[in-house]
Amino acid sequence: MKKNKNKEQNKMPRKSIQWEPIIFHTINFTLLIGLCIIMIYPMLNQLAIALNDGLDAIRGGIRLWPREFTLENFRAVFATHTIVDAFFMSVYRTVITVILNIIITFMLAYALSRREFVLRKVITIVFVLTMYFDPGLIPHFLLMQSLGMVNTFHIYWVPNLIGAFNLIIMRTYIRGISESYIESARLDGAGEFRICWQVIMPLCKPVIATVALFVAVGSWNAWFDNFIFNAGTQRLAVLQFELMRLLAAATGVGQAGQGHAAQAAAAAAGVAQVTPLTIRAAITVVAAVPILMVYPFLQKYFVSGVQLGGVKE
Amino acid sequence: MAKVGRLRMGRGRLARKYKLQWALLLMTVPWFLYRLLFSYVPLIGWYIAFSDYRPRIGMSPWQQIMQSDFVGLQNFRMLLDTDTVMGQRFIQSVINTFGQAILTQIVGFIAAITLSLMLHEVRVNGLKKVIQNILYLPHFLSWVIVASLASLALALPVSGGIINEFLLWTRIIREPIHFLANPSYFWGIVAGTHLWRNLGWNTIIYLAAMTAVDPNLYEAASIDGANRYRKMWHITLACIRPTIVMLLIMNTGWLLTSGFEIQWFLGSGVNIARAENIDIFILRYGIQMQNFGIATAAGIMRTFVSITLLSIVNFISGRLGGERLF
Repeated sequence: MKKNKNKEQNKMPRKSIQWEPIIFHTINFTLLIGLCIIMIYPMLNQLAIALNDGLDAIRGGIRLWPREFTLENFRAVFATHTIVDAFFMSVYRTVITVILNIIITFMLAYALSRREFVLRKVITIVFVLTMYFDPGLIPHFLLMQSLGMVNTFHIYWVPNLIGAFNLIIMRTYIRGISESYIESARLDGAGEFRICWQVIMPLCKPVIATVALFVAVGSWNAWFDNFIFNAGTQRLAVLQFELMRLLAAATGVGQAGQGHAAQAAAAAAGVAQVTPLTIRAAITVVAAVPILMVYPFLQKYFVSGVQLGGVKE
Repeated sequence: MAKVGRLRMGRGRLARKYKLQWALLLMTVPWFLYRLLFSYVPLIGWYIAFSDYRPRIGMSPWQQIMQSDFVGLQNFRMLLDTDTVMGQRFIQSVINTFGQAILTQIVGFIAAITLSLMLHEVRVNGLKKVIQNILYLPHFLSWVIVASLASLALALPVSGGIINEFLLWTRIIREPIHFLANPSYFWGIVAGTHLWRNLGWNTIIYLAAMTAVDPNLYEAASIDGANRYRKMWHITLACIRPTIVMLLIMNTGWLLTSGFEIQWFLGSGVNIARAENIDIFILRYGIQMQNFGIATAAGIMRTFVSITLLSIVNFISGRLGGERLF
């Protein structure tokens, strides 16, 4: 009797449908895990190479774990003045840019979120157009030259004070805050500046965190301004620029100058065990870690930030 | 009389409005002028494209621009003249930029939507978060680092090229491939590196649109007997269509931009025929060889073509009753 019932069920075509979710989710999950491995493998691989002995690393075959563990590469990197200086130059430019950028973008976004503001449309359009309208490298260079900013620190923060995309994100967020906050503050006799800084700003922490992350990442990762405007001044070199030089030396991009930082690092270590491959990996780790360290704290904010940027207008 | 009166009243009201909003004006006008200075004043430099500008020592850029002679469209003509080496190089760089950008965008677009659908199907929320955070991670690495990682990954197995090792291990290929030495792979390399860095990031906006889909629609479809894939196609994708169209329109503005670092670091004498794009052309030919007029002309052409493409696609989409960017 029981057997018969089973047979009957087997004949029913619906039986296979129960398997479908299991098969689907297994395949889906496997593919996603595979993708995660592809994303994260190159980073872990760099870490393993950076922690491996230099000469041994040339033999290749290092995957996720160093074969001959050593901290020599990091010691060499931190013993090299050019690289340590470049690290602090990167920190310095990032901190200054983020602070000023947040203050200015927020102030502007607040004013542009006020519907009664007379110049709202004009100013918004002028900013949004810059997303698509690029004057080009040479006109930009000539402007910086006539402002006397070539080969100065100012090239790192002055042109980067306001980003159109960040402005739109902030403005959209402020618009979502209830008018009643502003109205009641106004009834209490608060002026615009007071409302902007003491009423609205505390309500905008998530969007400020998002924009700060975007600006910090952009500033930390920038090297092109260094390359175009400040390449002649070693004192102003940033970390990504030093990494770029190493990479250029390794891949043979002739014009970018020689990778003297790697040689200097190797010389500073005073040993032959440090080769450009492992040094490059160590600098890559040093250049990537600060960003990856703030990432977990800010990740809950940036997703909503990107979504705000997608709002039309 | 009445007309004059109304006009005067209007002007008075506007003036009063400005006066009342002095604080808002104080907050914005300095930064408005700042933007004009840094993004619009350089447009004066476009004159260089129409002149025989040569950098002269001991003169301010402004004096240099004033002293160079107007030559009309000569620079543009030289760029588009395929009889000269420079013209051929420029045309090739335009083709490369366009090819690299369109391949990057098509591959990136299909992959991002597929990945969003896959992530949307993951029902365990904690797990989904972990996977998403790993997938977003590469977006925060600089392009210099990405280029460095790519040059390692694409190398021969002897130098630790993991892609070759993997392909050999799975027996897909028998001989290692010289990815960087063969120009025909270069567009694919550009698309692949962009995909690696931006794939996860690009799903954010699609996933947000997908979570906004009304769950009742899925239920109704289930009752009607629709399976998983029909629901994906007819509900999820149909509902996020406005988002997809919007992003496609916005991306047409970037069809003449294909990045810089990958081409700069991985491009070499061997693969230059497919590697050099407009940005590299401007830097190598325009700035390093001091052909400033040519370089500015190339930049102007690019800006105009981009904006024209964007406007055309935007117009067509609007005409077809779809989304519009502006």
